[in-house]
Amino acid sequence: MRRYFGRKLIIYSLTFFLAVTIDWMIPRFMPGDPVANLLARTSVSADATAVAEMYAYYERVFGLDVPVWQQYLTFWGALLRGDLGISAYLFPTPVADVLMRAVPYDLFLLVPSILLSWYAGNWFGAFAARSKRLDNTISPLAYILTATPYMWLGILLAWFLGIVLDVFPIAGAYSFEMRPHWSLAFVGTVIHHWFLPFASLFLVGFGGWAIGMRNMIIYELEADYSHYLEALGAPRSLIRRYAFRNGLLPQITGLALQLGVMVAGALVTEVVFSYPGIGYLLLAAIQNQDYFLIQGCFLFIIIGVLLANFTIDIVYLLVDPRTRRGMVGESA
Amino acid sequence: MKRYELLYFALRNRKLQIGLAIIGLFLALAAVGPLMATNDPFAYINPLGPQAPSEKFWFGTTFFGQDVFAQFVRGLRATFLVGLLGGGLGTLIGLLVGFTAGYRGGVVDELLNMLTNIVLVIPTLAVLLIIAAYLQVRSVFTECLFIGLTAWPWVARAVRAQTFSLRTREFVDLARLTGMRPAKIIFTEIAPNMLSYLLLVFILQFGGAILIAATLDFIGLGPTNAVSLGLMMQYAVLWGALQFGMWWWFVPPGLAITAIVGALYSMNVGLDEVFNPKLREM
Amino acid sequence: MSLQVDGLTVYYSTLRGDVQALEDATFTLDDGEIMGLAGESGCGKTTLGHSLVRLAPPMRHVAGRAVLNGEELPLADMDRMNAFRFEQVSIIPQYAMNALNPTRKIGRLTADLVEARHVNYKSILPELKRRLDLVKLPQDVLNMYPIELSGGMKQRMVMVISTLLNPALLVADEITSALDVASQKAVAAMLVEFRNQACCNSVMIITHDISILYQIADSILVMYAGQLAEKAPTTTIISAPRHPYTQMLISSLPEIGVKATEKRLAGIPGTPPLLLDPPKGCRFRERCPFAFDTCIEAPPFREVAPGHHVACWWEFEQHA
Repeated sequence: MRRYFGRKLIIYSLTFFLAVTIDWMIPRFMPGDPVANLLARTSVSADATAVAEMYAYYERVFGLDVPVWQQYLTFWGALLRGDLGISAYLFPTPVADVLMRAVPYDLFLLVPSILLSWYAGNWFGAFAARSKRLDNTISPLAYILTATPYMWLGILLAWFLGIVLDVFPIAGAYSFEMRPHWSLAFVGTVIHHWFLPFASLFLVGFGGWAIGMRNMIIYELEADYSHYLEALGAPRSLIRRYAFRNGLLPQITGLALQLGVMVAGALVTEVVFSYPGIGYLLLAAIQNQDYFLIQGCFLFIIIGVLLANFTIDIVYLLVDPRTRRGMVGESA
Repeated sequence: MKRYELLYFALRNRKLQIGLAIIGLFLALAAVGPLMATNDPFAYINPLGPQAPSEKFWFGTTFFGQDVFAQFVRGLRATFLVGLLGGGLGTLIGLLVGFTAGYRGGVVDELLNMLTNIVLVIPTLAVLLIIAAYLQVRSVFTECLFIGLTAWPWVARAVRAQTFSLRTREFVDLARLTGMRPAKIIFTEIAPNMLSYLLLVFILQFGGAILIAATLDFIGLGPTNAVSLGLMMQYAVLWGALQFGMWWWFVPPGLAITAIVGALYSMNVGLDEVFNPKLREM
Repeated sequence: MSLQVDGLTVYYSTLRGDVQALEDATFTLDDGEIMGLAGESGCGKTTLGHSLVRLAPPMRHVAGRAVLNGEELPLADMDRMNAFRFEQVSIIPQYAMNALNPTRKIGRLTADLVEARHVNYKSILPELKRRLDLVKLPQDVLNMYPIELSGGMKQRMVMVISTLLNPALLVADEITSALDVASQKAVAAMLVEFRNQACCNSVMIITHDISILYQIADSILVMYAGQLAEKAPTTTIISAPRHPYTQMLISSLPEIGVKATEKRLAGIPGTPPLLLDPPKGCRFRERCPFAFDTCIEAPPFREVAPGHHVACWWEFEQHA
C-alpha cells in the first residue's frame, strides 16, 4: 500500500511542479509585452514620460523588473501564499478573487454531472448486459451519445429546449436581473440556468460510461468465477451482482483518466451557455491577453484535477481488497 | 487460410459494414463536394443574408449570406485530414513509447511510464489552449501536431500492455532461443500480432482527434483562415444562429462529426469481433 | 443413490459445424461408487462430466437423458437445472484455482451461495468448520480473500464449498492435474474421505492419470473419441482389460522396475480422429489391430461380465 501511494505521490508532485513551471512561463513567452498591452487598454495620455512611469510602475507591480530566476522563485513564494497577482482584464481585482468567484459555479456544474453520469451510465451499462435485446437497443444509443461532441449537444439542447420550446435560459449562471444572494428566488434561477449545461455534460458522459460498463460486465460474466457460481446453481441476480462489483473497479480508475476529457467538455459547454466557470474565464483571459488570469485559471484546473485524481486513488484503495492486501491491481 | 478467414468475417460483420458505409459516404462527400459546390465558402453570396435550405442553397446560407453547403464539404475535408494526421501522429508516438517501455522493461519502462502518467493527468485542453493562444497564425498542420503530441498516452498505455503480454509468449522465447536478432524478432514475431491491435487503436485515435479538433476550433483556437466543421459551429453560435433559429448552420456540422465518430466506433467494435473469435456471434 | 445415463449425446456448436464430442453415452453409477473417467485429451470425458452439471453454450444437448435417484435431470434447461445444482449434483472444476471471486471474502462467498439455497449460513457454519479441518485448512480462511491463499489451498477450499450441501453426485474435473505427486496423494485421499463421511454420495473423477484412479477409484470408465469403450472395476481394468484400446492404454503405462533396454514402451500408433467429422461406427477402428467390417457400425455398450461393460464387436465375437 505504501508503494502504491508512494508512486502516485511522486507522479502528482512531478506533475504539479511541471505544471507550475509551465504556468509561470506563460506570460513570459507570450508574444507581445503584457505591460504594454495593459497600458494600451487603459487609455493613458500620449505624454511619453507619463507612459514610461506607468510602465515602470506596472513592471514593479507585476514583478517583471527583476532577473528571470528571481521572478521564478518569487512566483513560487507568492503561490504558496495564495497570491496570484492582479488581473489585467478585470483590473484591479486580484486573480485569486476572480477565480474564487468562478469556482463554485464550476463545481456546481462539474461534480454532479461527473458523478451522476458515472453512476447512471454504469447502472445502465450493467442493465444492458442482461439480455441481447436490451443490449441491441441501448448500446447504439450510448455509442451515439459518446460520439457527440460536447458543444454540439450543448448547442442542440440550447436551441431546442432554450429557444424553440423556451423552457430554459441559455446564458449566464443566473438571471441578469438578480445579484447573488441567499434566497429561494436566487437559488431557483441558478438551478434554472444550470440545468441545460448540466444535461449536456451528463448525457455525453453517460454514453461513455454505459458502454464501458457493459463491456466490463460481459467480460466478468465470462470469467471462471462466474461459471463456478453458475455450476453451483447461484441465482442470476447473485452472479450479476458479483459481475457488477468487479466490473466497477476499473471504472473507478477510468474516472480518474477521464477527468481531463470532462474538464474540456465543461469548458466548451460553458462557452456555449456563457456560464461563468473557470473554463469560460480562461477563454476570456486568452482573448483579452490577461496573462495572470490565464496563469491562475490553468493553476486552478491543474490543482483541481490532481486533487480529484488523488481522491479517486484513495477511493480505489478502499474498494479493491487486492490493493489493500499489497498486490497492486492496477499498475500506477 | 487465416487472412481469407479474417476477410470473410470482416465483410460480413454488420457493425463494420455500417461503419464503413457511413465513413464512405462522408469521404465521398468530402472528395467530390467541393467540386460540385463551386461557391467560395467565404464569399457573401446571398444578398438576402441568412436563408433556410432551398433549391439554390442546399444547406441554406449563414448570417452573412455564405453558402453553408460549400463550407460544409470543405470542412469535411479538414476534418478527415486532422483525424488522419493528428490521430496518426498520436498513434505513432504512442506506439514508439509504449513499445519501448514494454519491450525493454526495467528503468526505461519506469521512466516512460512516469512520463505517460504525467501527460495523462494534465488536462490536455488547458495546455492546448495556452499553446494555441501563443501562435498568431495557425494552420491545420499545427493543429494536427498539437493533437498528436497530447493524445499519445492512451496509445502508449495500451501498446505497452499488449507488448508485455506478447513478450512473454512462448513463440518469442523460441525465437530468442534460436538466436534471432532482437530487431528481427520484433518485426517478424511481435509486430504481426500487434497489427490488428494497432488498427483498432488508430481508429479510436482518429475519432478522438476529430473531436479534439472540433473543440479547439469551436473555442476559436483552430486554424486561422480555414474552414472546418468546428469553426462553422463557432460562428453559428457567435452570430446568433441559436436566437434566430438558423438551425441549418449548426446542425449539419455537428451531425457530421457525430456520424463520423460514431461510425468509427462502430467499425472498432466490428473489427474487434472479427479479430477476436470469442466475441463473434454464432 | 443411483445415476443412470442413457444415450447421452452432446455436441459443441462451432462456426465450422458441430464437434461431436460425446456420442451415445450409456452407463450406471451406483450408491457410493467412485468412478474414474479416463481417456486421452479430447475423448469427451470433460464434456460428459460438465454436461451433467452445467450444459451451457457452446455445448448443445442432442439426445439422451440422465436419471438421478429416479428423477430425470433437466440437463438441457439451464434454469430448471438450478434446482438440482449444488444440492444434488456438484462439481469441482478444472479451474478451481480461479473459481473464487477475487473481491469477496471466502466466508461471505460461501454464505451467499448457501443463503441462495435457503440454508442459514450460521446453522451450517459448524459443519463448514469441521470440513475445513478435514482438508487441513485453517478456519481463518473464511475471513480471507482468495488472493491470500496458495493455489493448493484454493483448490481445497473449492472442494469444501462444492460438497457443502452433500450432493448425491460429485464431479471432480482434473483436480490432481496441476499438483505435485505428494499433493496429488493428499487430495485423492481427501476425496475418498469425503465419500466415506457422506459429504457426497458418488463421485465421478475425470482424469487422464490412471495411476491415481488405481489408488482410489472403485471402477473406471474408459472413453475414446467421444464414445464409451469399457467400464469395469478398477482391478479388472488394470489387470484384465477387454477393449483393444484399454489393453493398449494399459500396456503403454511404464512399470516400475522395468528398464527401457528390457522392454520398450508400446504406444498406440496413429492419432485420435478430429471430432468435427468423425469416422462412422467405432471411432477406434482406424487404429485398432482387430478391426473388421462390422466395426463400421457403432458397437453397443454391452455387459459381458457382472459389472463389466465393453463396446467392441471383436470382443463380442470372441465370447459369442
